[in-house]
Amino acid sequence: MKTTKNALAVLLAAGGMMLLATAAMAAGADLGGAEKQATNWHAIIMFVIFVGMTLGITYWAAGRTKTAADFYAAGGGITGFQNGLAIAGDYMSAASFLGISALVYGSGYDGLIFSVGWLVGWPIILFLIAERLRNLGKYTFADVAGYRLARMPVRTFAATGSLIVVIFYLIGQMVGAGQLIKLLFGLDYLYAVIIVGALMMVYVTFGGMVATTWVQIIKACLLLGGATFIAFGVMNTFGFSFEALFAKAVEIHPKHAAIMGPGTLVSNPLDAISLGAALMFGTAGLPHILMRFFTVPDAKEARKSVFFATGFIGYFYILTFIIGFGAITLVSTNPEYIDAIKGGMNLKGGNNMAAVWLAHAIGGDLFLGFISAVAFATILAVVSGLTLAGASAISHDLYANVFMHGQATEGKEVTVSKIASICLGVVAVLLGMVFEKQNVAFIVALTFSVAASANFPVLVLSMFWSGLTTRGAVIGGIIGLVSSVLMVVLSKAVWVQSFGFQAEIFPYAYPAVFSIPAAFFFSWLFSVLDNSPRAAAERAAYEAQAIRSETGLGAEGAAAH
Amino acid sequence: MTKAQNLLSAEHIRNNPKFAELVRKRTSFAWTLSAIILVIYFGFIGLVAFDKPFLAAKLGAGVMTVGFPIGVGVILSAIILTGIYVYRANGEFDELNRQIIEESR
Repeated sequence: MKTTKNALAVLLAAGGMMLLATAAMAAGADLGGAEKQATNWHAIIMFVIFVGMTLGITYWAAGRTKTAADFYAAGGGITGFQNGLAIAGDYMSAASFLGISALVYGSGYDGLIFSVGWLVGWPIILFLIAERLRNLGKYTFADVAGYRLARMPVRTFAATGSLIVVIFYLIGQMVGAGQLIKLLFGLDYLYAVIIVGALMMVYVTFGGMVATTWVQIIKACLLLGGATFIAFGVMNTFGFSFEALFAKAVEIHPKHAAIMGPGTLVSNPLDAISLGAALMFGTAGLPHILMRFFTVPDAKEARKSVFFATGFIGYFYILTFIIGFGAITLVSTNPEYIDAIKGGMNLKGGNNMAAVWLAHAIGGDLFLGFISAVAFATILAVVSGLTLAGASAISHDLYANVFMHGQATEGKEVTVSKIASICLGVVAVLLGMVFEKQNVAFIVALTFSVAASANFPVLVLSMFWSGLTTRGAVIGGIIGLVSSVLMVVLSKAVWVQSFGFQAEIFPYAYPAVFSIPAAFFFSWLFSVLDNSPRAAAERAAYEAQAIRSETGLGAEGAAAH
Repeated sequence: MTKAQNLLSAEHIRNNPKFAELVRKRTSFAWTLSAIILVIYFGFIGLVAFDKPFLAAKLGAGVMTVGFPIGVGVILSAIILTGIYVYRANGEFDELNRQIIEESR
């Protein structure tokens, strides 16, 4: 471990210098991209402080990461409250902070529909999944799906599902990061993507889950604190009266009273339901979220963490709503923030800047810098969680359980995981470069749809239905996975807008309403039709699994080391 | 605990009527709450999909519409329902669970 620590100290120093150097270079090349803003020194200094702090934590965490349990699950030593904050930090992405406030800024009430959808998955996770997941699993959700089913096929499927979700999610985050940082910091897209990739590799490879958890906790506190301050500033301006805030917004906004009710965001009823299902059940199939439940010592703390996470995330979404309306009243009225060419309500740097310009309107340059740094930190925390989840799918599921048939040593497995983290970091940077010019808005819908259609049905059935067999789980899961991806590819967002074909083949925007039932149906069908002796043994093994999942008897505890 | 001890305990648990009670109570509680949140949420989505004017209707003399308290209400109900579940599961159910584990030794 000593060499690891020394290597990290060197990296820490080099990283700091690299950041400053990049910032200085970018300052010289200010006039480049049209969208690029002037170099924002407040933001850069605050971001460097954040990075310094997190690298310090990584250094400390590296000393505490000795076993596989430490690396994947922080030794199971995180409390429910801490894990609740970390989950919130893992889940509240820059897309939801900037994206939802921009949506509210542009069309008012529609933003709330997304906020609600992103929150209601949490009760479902708590009631049906969290404690059983904690009792049955060790490091990944494939532990649960593979508990009584055949190791090779189920692990391979679960790891593939995890990796696809992680990679799609990473694309969205990396492109978002590049665009955002270009705007907020005045840095080049490429530098931004490389900085994010490099930092996440350092956090994950050296500090594992301990460092990732603390990066997420710090980020959650910063984001919640910053958003609270902005919302407080807005409400203060309007004498803490929602009526006054809304009245002013209705008066100013070109859509007037239409912003107070649902608009054109979801025009087709089937799409509304499909999007709703994807958001709700997709949350319960995100591997980086599911993984967080292995960091707490027992089912009791796992439950508490969902309660705290739901509270923090719900509070945050209410804040983004106030922030969106605040931006209508305080930002759109100030020509300083309006795009000189496009005019109207179009903000400098795009409407995703609504929350950022509002921060400036309320707290000046220094606070603008703070919020910019928080947005960057947010992306780092999310990609770190994703990388760790992807790396554990590769090392714990594919390497240790599939290729080595469960015979890999702990040390080897962790090494493979670290190598996988570095590879994922490189892949993320490359994907960020490839997708730079693409509209990645559909990625979020795709990610949630795949998670809801592939991972969620298999996870739920393996926990609740004694009749599930390996054949059913794998075929049903693959059908959910393939059909959801296919339908998104054939939908307007990809087929017409990205590929440039004349007309879309799949008429709806979201596949979940078809692909989730398909996954459940075929899992059921192929399980019932499965008369193999293996299937009989798998059905018989359900009772023992139920005893462990209900009581926690024999569960992997914090006492693992 | 070794694997053999675990198997023995599992045998005890299977025959303990309290285990059946725990599973029955907790499962029905969890599915009831799940059904409640599903109805609340898809009720909301149903309004968005099929009855937008209802959500856009004015609540009083001002600009406030029916949709706001409903939307915020869905968010708050999610938080409250998780609170209710955690309260009962970490109290009543965990106590029952502790007894079952205790008696299985």
